[in-house]
Amino acid sequence: MTNSMDEVLKAKVILVIGSNTTWNHPVFGSLLKQAVKHHGARLIVCDPRRIDLVDFADIWLQQRNGSDVALLSGLQHIILREGWEAADYIRERTEGFEEYRKALEFYTPEKVEELTGVKAADLEAAARLFATSGVGALYYCMGITQHSHGVDNVKACVNLALITGNIGVEGGGVNPLRGQNNVQGACDMGGLPNVFTGYQPVTNPTAVEKFSKYWNAPLSDKVGMTLTQMIPECGEKIHALYILGENPMVSDPNLHHVEEGLRKLDFLVVQDIFVTETALLADVVLPGVTFAEKLGTFSNTERRVQLSIPAIKPWGNVRQDYEIIADLAARFGHAFPRTPEGLFQEIRDLTPSYAGITYDRIREVGIQWPCPTEEHPGTRFLHAGKFARGLALLTPIAYRPPAEEPDVEYDLVLSTGRIYEHFHTGSMTRRSSILDAVVKTGHVELHPDEARKLGIASGDRVIVATRRGRIETTAMVTERVARGSIFVPFHFAEAAANTLTNDALDPIAKIPEFKVCAARLERVSSQGG
Amino acid sequence: MHLTIDGRVVDAVAGQTVLDAARAAGIYIPALCYHPKTGKAGRCRACVVEVDGLRGLKESCALPVKDGMVVHTATPKVMETRRMVVDLLLAEGHHNCISCQANSSCELQDMVYHLGVERPSFLIESEPTPQDLSSPGIMREADKCIHCGRCVEACQNGVVNEVLAFAYRGSHARVVCDDDLPMGDSTCVQCGECVQVCPVGALVLRQPREQKIRPHETTATRITCPYCGVGCQIDLHTRDNRYVFAMAHENQWERQPNKAMLCIKGRFGLDFVDSPDRLRTPLVRRDGELVEASWDEALDLVAERLKAAKEQHGADSIGFFTSAKVSNEENYALGRFARAVIGTNNIDHCARL
Ligand code: SF4
Ligand code: SF4
Ligand code: SF4
Ligand code: FES
Repeated sequence: MTNSMDEVLKAKVILVIGSNTTWNHPVFGSLLKQAVKHHGARLIVCDPRRIDLVDFADIWLQQRNGSDVALLSGLQHIILREGWEAADYIRERTEGFEEYRKALEFYTPEKVEELTGVKAADLEAAARLFATSGVGALYYCMGITQHSHGVDNVKACVNLALITGNIGVEGGGVNPLRGQNNVQGACDMGGLPNVFTGYQPVTNPTAVEKFSKYWNAPLSDKVGMTLTQMIPECGEKIHALYILGENPMVSDPNLHHVEEGLRKLDFLVVQDIFVTETALLADVVLPGVTFAEKLGTFSNTERRVQLSIPAIKPWGNVRQDYEIIADLAARFGHAFPRTPEGLFQEIRDLTPSYAGITYDRIREVGIQWPCPTEEHPGTRFLHAGKFARGLALLTPIAYRPPAEEPDVEYDLVLSTGRIYEHFHTGSMTRRSSILDAVVKTGHVELHPDEARKLGIASGDRVIVATRRGRIETTAMVTERVARGSIFVPFHFAEAAANTLTNDALDPIAKIPEFKVCAARLERVSSQGG
Repeated sequence: MHLTIDGRVVDAVAGQTVLDAARAAGIYIPALCYHPKTGKAGRCRACVVEVDGLRGLKESCALPVKDGMVVHTATPKVMETRRMVVDLLLAEGHHNCISCQANSSCELQDMVYHLGVERPSFLIESEPTPQDLSSPGIMREADKCIHCGRCVEACQNGVVNEVLAFAYRGSHARVVCDDDLPMGDSTCVQCGECVQVCPVGALVLRQPREQKIRPHETTATRITCPYCGVGCQIDLHTRDNRYVFAMAHENQWERQPNKAMLCIKGRFGLDFVDSPDRLRTPLVRRDGELVEASWDEALDLVAERLKAAKEQHGADSIGFFTSAKVSNEENYALGRFARAVIGTNNIDHCARL
């Protein structure tokens, strides 16, 4: 996030797109509701599903799945047409305006209505509210990124924030809500094929030299493969995989392909706390420990580096995850630090944005990076006064439909996601007695109209089928989903949503299209009859 | 600025209340309806004090500090009022501390103890109300409710889940979920915020109760929630090295990302750490089966096979999935292993998934 979570209380207008905030980031959802209820913030919710936040919204735009670029560009078209843009900000802090403006001409309210299903009048009202209410904050999540054009979606969000002058401003910003507790940290630490820690590119000779010297080893300056590229290359380019704490056998798109791929490997190591669906395919499984047994730092969605203290002493023949890695490194003649603090010291030495953070400084309250020196208080919001690259680029964006759209055979739009009570592949929440008691297994949400057409009632067993696979699950009839759409949570291996999903990838970010594919519903049998 | 409380000179800052200043100085003033997170409510009068130059009793939870103020927290008038507050509450409810989950962590009990009240002056006969056990995580016991209003304020305006409210009038006034539904049938999302602020045993967590472990028997350690990216700060309560329950970490709550709030996952979703399914030993595949192995066997095998893959097919034939669930230090270590030890940039995690 460019800004801090509690700055939402200072926003005058909030736009939430592709984030079911009260389910997936519930505590931030509460702050957001406080902003609306007590601080007079206006709220625009853009979501194909009638999510709970809609109850707090001034305007709800129910765009079709996968039409976000059109929706966001439509708002920008109106803002420029009406002259509501922050002209000084655009002049002083951005570049590329002319080309960008030209690309926007396409997105007339009428065109956008045709592409998104959102009434032109509602779009006009939302554009007015966002552009003319004062400081505006934008929040998004996987509903924006998990598309075959996810990068375009994000750019469209950035463009909207830029032309309204909301980046580098307290209470504003473009704020992706991170889905897992240390996604931010995994990225910061260089858990990506193209960067070292702190986003230092592996293709930059100075960075390569610096890391090579510090680690005392020659390094590759060739960008590596992403997770979604490695899976299909298993048995081809990839012969051995080391998987730490991930469960691609539930989380990845088009599961049949994942299983085929993993089986083709010469060697698979899984380091985890449970024998997950993925670990079952491994040659070696190494037992690590849970969050409750670790000393170490985690970086939250607002870049806050927080220290976690072990509450439970690990027992059994398990080892700390950093110990396991150090033990392996030793077998290759490399000496890794054997304490979290030793590793953190290396992080600080190599990563300017973390350099000023010490365990002592964050014993009670975390610090938000960038924090270059031990005297620096940390950074609540980014880009104040200046962007790292100088001027921000306004990018022209062409509309592209989703990779797969409904047709006669598969007439419904399927999207997948999380529910409030469970998390990711369910390996943790489904082993929690209360959460398991509240929601035992998966379901599919469908609109009452579809239910009537197909003769399906809540509680009926149904088959959800796509071109890639089929699952049997239970129907939940609800107006939360739009007509023609269905929603399946992906936490449940026995009714794995990702058997169905499309592994079409965004060409740049390589994110799969979890939020749109074509599907069909069939009835299996009625409850009790 | 300074004020004098019970003859002691105490530091204070503008904007603080007398109650805040006293507590910061370690002077006990009971406060049943005020909570730092829900603010002043002016309902209970437990917190009254006398102030030189001001007439009558003043509610310290609502009284802003002034430089030079002289405050008395234990005058006969103050004690008499507190005694009345306590008498009425004890008489109205069924406060059987012996079996209460909140025993030793109850603000009413503390107040009674401090006052030296041995037994209530009078009792009002009433039928006990059954416990509400409809919610899997939270137990409600209306007879222990002291109508302080903290839970209502927290649910309505803190977490803004808008479930709890006061209903009915006069002596029948009660806290209800929605239109007086059992909690488990209501729109309650089990965030547990109401339990977090309840001063007594009227709202308690079921997890520790079912294990027969009361709060004072546990050790609290601050951890970061393992679920979403909010990074809530949680006090993990353990006993005998096992998970018992979770509460939001309240120290410096205004500066913490979650402002001492949690959701159902952070509140109730952490007992997997003790799951019998936990993998407790390394496994290696032998004749098609995963079987238990020693660390040396397992690690030697991994090293040998990774070396072989690298020799045969080159460093880029090896891939690493690091994790959004492990710490920065561990992510860094695996990154260094992939890049410096193996020599490949094939490392990624599931940020995209
Ligand atoms: S658990 Fe949360 S939602 Fe439920 S009543 Fe308590 S505060 Fe409200
Ligand atoms: S349930 Fe607890 S917090 Fe709520 S009014 Fe009663 S005593 Fe106060
Ligand atoms: S308690 Fe809930 S909101 Fe807080 S970090 Fe955990 S999952 Fe996220
Ligand atoms: S705490 Fe002051 S009136 Fe209740």
